Amino acid sequence: MRRMMAAFALLMLLALPAAHAVQPDEIMSDPAKEARARELSRELRCMVCQNQSIDDSDAPLARDLRLLVRERIGAGDSNAQVLDFLVARYGEFVLLKPRFERQTLLLWLLGPLLLIGGAAALWLQIRRRAHDGVDVPAPPLTPDEQARLAALMSDESKAS
Amino acid sequence: MIAESGHYALVLALGLALIQSVVPLIGVRLRDAALMNVARSTALAQLLFVVASFIALVMLHVNSDFSVANVYENSHSMKPLLYKITGVWGNHEGSMLLWVSILALFGGLVAAFGNNLPLSLCAHVLAVQAWIASAFYLFILVTSNPFLRIANPPIEGRDLNPVLQDIGLAVHPPMLYLGYVGFSISFSFAIAALMEGRIDAAWARWVRPWTLMAWIFLTLGIAMGSYWAYYELGWGGWWFWDPVENASLMPWLSGTALLHSALVMEKRNALKVWTILLSILTFSLSLLGTFLVRSGVITSVHAFATDPTRGVFILLILCLFIGGSLSLFAGRATSLKQGGLFAPISREGALVLNNLLLTVACAVVLFGTLYPLAMEMLADFKMSVGAPFYNLTFAPLFALLLLAVPFGPMLAWKRGDLLGVTQRLLAAGVAGLVAVAITWGWATGGSTLAPLAIGLGVFVIAGAVTDIVERTGLVRLPFATVLHRARGLPRSAWGTAFAHAGLGVALIGIVCETTWNSEHIATMKQNDVAQIAGFDVKLDGLLQRQGPNYREMIAQFNVSRDGQPVSVMTPSKRSFSTRGSSTTEAALLTRGASQLYISLGDANAEGAIAVRIYYKPMVLLIWWGPVLMAFGGVLSLSDRRLRVGAPKPARAKQRLQPAE
Repeated sequence: MRRMMAAFALLMLLALPAAHAVQPDEIMSDPAKEARARELSRELRCMVCQNQSIDDSDAPLARDLRLLVRERIGAGDSNAQVLDFLVARYGEFVLLKPRFERQTLLLWLLGPLLLIGGAAALWLQIRRRAHDGVDVPAPPLTPDEQARLAALMSDESKAS
Repeated sequence: MIAESGHYALVLALGLALIQSVVPLIGVRLRDAALMNVARSTALAQLLFVVASFIALVMLHVNSDFSVANVYENSHSMKPLLYKITGVWGNHEGSMLLWVSILALFGGLVAAFGNNLPLSLCAHVLAVQAWIASAFYLFILVTSNPFLRIANPPIEGRDLNPVLQDIGLAVHPPMLYLGYVGFSISFSFAIAALMEGRIDAAWARWVRPWTLMAWIFLTLGIAMGSYWAYYELGWGGWWFWDPVENASLMPWLSGTALLHSALVMEKRNALKVWTILLSILTFSLSLLGTFLVRSGVITSVHAFATDPTRGVFILLILCLFIGGSLSLFAGRATSLKQGGLFAPISREGALVLNNLLLTVACAVVLFGTLYPLAMEMLADFKMSVGAPFYNLTFAPLFALLLLAVPFGPMLAWKRGDLLGVTQRLLAAGVAGLVAVAITWGWATGGSTLAPLAIGLGVFVIAGAVTDIVERTGLVRLPFATVLHRARGLPRSAWGTAFAHAGLGVALIGIVCETTWNSEHIATMKQNDVAQIAGFDVKLDGLLQRQGPNYREMIAQFNVSRDGQPVSVMTPSKRSFSTRGSSTTEAALLTRGASQLYISLGDANAEGAIAVRIYYKPMVLLIWWGPVLMAFGGVLSLSDRRLRVGAPKPARAKQRLQPAE
C-alpha cells in the first residue's frame, strides 16, 4: 500500500522500479551469516528511497549497502559493529530503529509514559467519582422534545 | 465545454456551501425554522453539483480529452476503460475532487435522513459540514483545478503510473475516503453539540451509526490497500509502517476508540467529554493524513519547501479546523455535565481501558510519523523511524489490548465481577494454552514469542465464541431454546463477536506469515526446479506478449507436490513504454489460507531469470480478519436500535413485530 499511496502523493516524482530486493548473486554461502545479513538489512534504511529498508528496496544504493553489510559480516564483524560502521559512514538516518539517546528519548518514552500516566489518572478519576460523585440526572426534555415523544408514543400504541 | 461545465459546477457548489455555512446558523440564532431548513436543501443541491463536476471529470478521462492538463498527465488513449475511469482519482487533483464528492455525499445523507434530528442540531451539523466543504472547494479551485486546459493540446497522454493500473485503484481510494471523510460527520456532530452546549445519550445514538459506517469503510479500505501492496509490489510485504499508511491507521485507531466510547455514552450517559474529544481528534487525524499525503511533506521537509502552495493551504485548513475545534472544546467542555457512575471493574471500565490502549497506540504512531520531521526542522538531526521501531512499541500495546478484548463484552455495566468473568473465560483460556503448546511442539525455528501470539489469537477468537455461547445458553439449555435465543440476540451482540474474532484471526495470520514464511531466491533457467515448502516449482519457459498499453514477459511454472501436478503459475513483468517503467505481476496460488507466491526479477542474456518464490502460510487470514471485523460492523449497523438514523424502515419493521 505504501508504494501505491506514495505514488498517489508524489505522482511522477519517483520512478517506480519493480521492487526486487535481494538478488540471487548477493546471497552468502553460509546460511547463518546470510540470515544475520537479512536481519540487519531489515533495520537499515535505503537512503534514496521512501522509508524502505535495504532488504525491500531495488535501488542500486540499497544493493551497495546490502553487499557492504555482507562484506562486514564476512570480515567477522558482530551485528553491533556492522551497525556502528554504517552509522559512522551515513549517520543515524540509516537506522530504521533509532537508537536510544538524547535526541530520541521522547520518541521512545512517549508510549510507556502515556500508558502509565493515563492509567493512573483514569484510575484515580474513576475511584474518586465512584466514591463521592452523585449520578447527575438527565436534563429535562424541552417542550419541543416532549411533543415529539408524545407523537412517537401514540404512534407506537397504534402500531401494537 | 465539459471541462468548463465541471469547473462551473464546482464553483456553484462552493457558493452553496458558503450559504450553508452561514444561513442555518442565523436561523438558529433567530429561531427561524425556514432559515434552519435552508441547510438541508443546500446540502442536497451541493451534492448534485459536486457529483456533476465529478462526472464531468470522469467523462473527460473516458473521452481522452488531452486538452485538459489532468487528463493529459494521467491518461492514455490505449488505456483500458476501467483504468481510464479509476485514473480519475489516481492523481492529486482528481483524488481531491473525489474527497469533496464524498464529503458532499455524507452531507446529503444527513440532510436526507436527518428529519428525525432536532432542527437546530441538524442545522448546526450541516453548517459545520459546509465549513469543511468550503475550505476544500477553495483548495481545489485555487491550487488544484482538475479542469485546467492546455493551450496547445498534445495528441497523446502520458499514461497513468503503471503501478496504479490495477483493480486495486478502483476500490482502495474510494473506500479509504469513505472512511476518512465519514468521520467528518461525527466531527460535525461534536462541534454542533459544543455549540448548542447540550449533549445526551440521544446524541450518541445519532452519531454511532455514522461513525460505524465510516469505520467499516476505513477497515476495508486499509485491508484492501494492504492486499494490493502484497500482490502488486512483488516481494509480498503487506504493511510497511510508511507515513502514508500511518496516516490511514491513525484515524482507524482513534475511530475504533470513538466507536467504543460512544457506546458507553449511549448506554450509560458517561464519558461525554471524552467522546466529543475523540470525535474531534479522529477527524483531525483524517485531515492530518490528507495533509501528510497531499503536501509532500513526508518525502522531505525540503520537497515541501520548494512548492509550498498546496501544502501551506492544507496546513492552514488543518490549523483552522483542529485549532478552532479544540479551542471550542476547551472553552465549552467543562459545561457538559458528567453522568453515569461506574466502578473501575465494569463494562465501562473495560471500554475505558480499550480507549486508553488505542489512544496510546495512536499517539505512538503519530509520534513516530512526525518525530523525524520535527527533529529535522528543529534540531537539524536527520533520523528515520521505521518498521523495527513500531514492532517494538506498537505490538506490545496491541497485545495488551487483545488480552483484554474477551473480558470487555462479558463484564456487567456499572460494576463487574472480574473473577466470575475469568471463570467463564476459562475454556477460552485453555484453548489458547493448548494452541501455544501445539504450536510450540510443531513449529521449528522462528521467534519464541510466536506460539504465545498464536495462543493469544486463539484466546480472542474463543473468547468471542464464549460470549455468544453464554448469551444463547448453548450447552446448558435445550437446542430449541438456544435457537430462539440466538435469533432474539441483538445483532450488535453478533457484530461484537464477529469483529472481536476478526482481530484474533488477523493476529494469527500476521504471526504465521512473519514467522514461518519461507522464501527461495534464485536465478532459474528453463527446466530448473526449485523446492519450497514441499512444492516442486519447475520453470517451463518464458514467453512474450503484447498487452493493450504494455509488453509483458511471462514465465510459466509447473507446480507439483510429491510428483502430482498441482497447478500452473504465470508471473509476469510488464513494461509500459509511455512512462518507461515496469511492474511485476506476481502469480499467487492459494491453498486454503496459505499462498505460494512467485515474482520475477530481471532476465539475463542466456535466458535465465531471477525468481523469488515465497510460501506464505496462513497469509490470507491477515485480510480475512479485517473482513470479519467489517462484517461485524455491518451486522451492528443493521441492528434495529441503531437505525434511528433512518426512521422509516425501522418503524416499518417495528410494526411487523408482535406486540411485546
